[in-house]
Amino acid sequence: MKRFFDAELETFRSQLILMGETAIEQVRTAIQALVEAKTGLAEQVIAADDRLDRLEVEIDNEAVRYMNLRAPIASELRLVIVGMKASHDLERVGDEATSIAKRAIKLSAEPPLKPYIDIPRMVSMALEMLRDALDCFLQVDEAKAVAVCKRDAEVDNLNRQLYRELTSFMIERPETISRAIELMFISKSIERIADHATNIAEEMIYLSQGKDVRHTEEVKKDGKPLA
Amino acid sequence: MADLSQAKPVVTRPVASAPPMAPRTPAAIAKEPMEVAFDISGFSLWYGANQALFDVGIQIPARAVTAIIGPSGCGKSTFLRALNRMHELTPGTRIAGRLRLFGEDLYAAAVDPAVVRRRVGMVFQKSNPFPTMSIAENVLVGLRLNGVNDRALLRQRLEESLRMAALWDEVKDILGRPGSSLSGGQQQRLCIARALAVQPEVLLMDEPCSALDPLATAKIEELINDLRASFTVIIVTHNMQQAARVSNRTAFFYLGRLVEYDETSTIFMNPSNPQTEAYVAGRFG
Repeated sequence: MKRFFDAELETFRSQLILMGETAIEQVRTAIQALVEAKTGLAEQVIAADDRLDRLEVEIDNEAVRYMNLRAPIASELRLVIVGMKASHDLERVGDEATSIAKRAIKLSAEPPLKPYIDIPRMVSMALEMLRDALDCFLQVDEAKAVAVCKRDAEVDNLNRQLYRELTSFMIERPETISRAIELMFISKSIERIADHATNIAEEMIYLSQGKDVRHTEEVKKDGKPLA
Repeated sequence: MADLSQAKPVVTRPVASAPPMAPRTPAAIAKEPMEVAFDISGFSLWYGANQALFDVGIQIPARAVTAIIGPSGCGKSTFLRALNRMHELTPGTRIAGRLRLFGEDLYAAAVDPAVVRRRVGMVFQKSNPFPTMSIAENVLVGLRLNGVNDRALLRQRLEESLRMAALWDEVKDILGRPGSSLSGGQQQRLCIARALAVQPEVLLMDEPCSALDPLATAKIEELINDLRASFTVIIVTHNMQQAARVSNRTAFFYLGRLVEYDETSTIFMNPSNPQTEAYVAGRFG
């Protein structure tokens, strides 16, 4: 039986999707600003960050209101709790996008240290993870959520690889140090975005099964599949 | 002074076509213009020497749901009954203060209590269809007592009322069966249809779901949500979650006094009075 306040949950879900799409767009634009050395784009990203902040507050307020007035239980309660946590992760993704945009502005003043290949690759992986995780809000797909968690290690590996490469740049050519440090931070930001995607994916497993898989073997790269 | 002793012309309201409610944020609610249905001030009520209500002042919005909550004996049912002068059926009661409905003093000397009760309908805790009457007769009894005999009008009002009470589809083929043959939840909706048939402006509900199972309760709550588009609904309930779900505003009564009255979201999320918080949290009452 449909209840008159079911529409409120649908709105809650779509606010989360909107926030997710906004966060993804922010990251994508920040990276485009970096690769194409477009400071205008970077400034757009910085200016748009408060949209995500506002969405986070709206989603949290709605979650608290819904829990207070609608007394959700079981999967409905999990959705509201997971939504609150996801909104926090997405707000942090937005912060990483802003941080990347600021570094893109600094880097645009100098020639690129090396062709941007690894960073866009890392970003597509991280954003794909984020999108897959968020898809579960529309249709819960545990296998997809578990796969997101396992892919986190690939982004971590790319980050480490880039770190080593940039370190050797700095050792060999000290004039590259400032640029290399900026790139290291950007790489770390992307790695954090993948971590947020993983957090959301873990929450989706909780949403679907009521099972807390955080920090367990089940979601690690070589862990056993979820029973 | 408006003369309520004359029956008002019958106004036909749109039937159960309330648009689905969009989520109402507290900020949106605060911006909504509020037409006042009941304007009550300094209202006290005594049963003989016992004072049951103390100096109640409250404005109840029209076309909205207002929940009355409070522990047993706090005066909430007495207050509800005072809204249509039902308490006068208990001998030895008297009142003081002002109670107006859409600007008209319901306690003015010229006002006929029977007319008040037609304007302000009531649904009780225990569904009470007349056992010997059919479903159709139950719905139409109020109209017949008011002298309506036009068969076409009666037929139209029967369907309208049952539709508004979300019962039509379930009973349209068995209208001649006794009202008491329905399930508890259906009987309660039948009583709501009976109250709606005389086209009241206000519907008072005294714990309408306390004898119902969760599914029947959910149906009544859906119905209350639909009714708010056309009627002023005031509901007494012991079920905090129900008050939180269905009402726009909530009044908390304690020991015959109105302790706090505010938007329902405020009462349940951030009440100003510690007694209100203790009650809605289930720490007393």
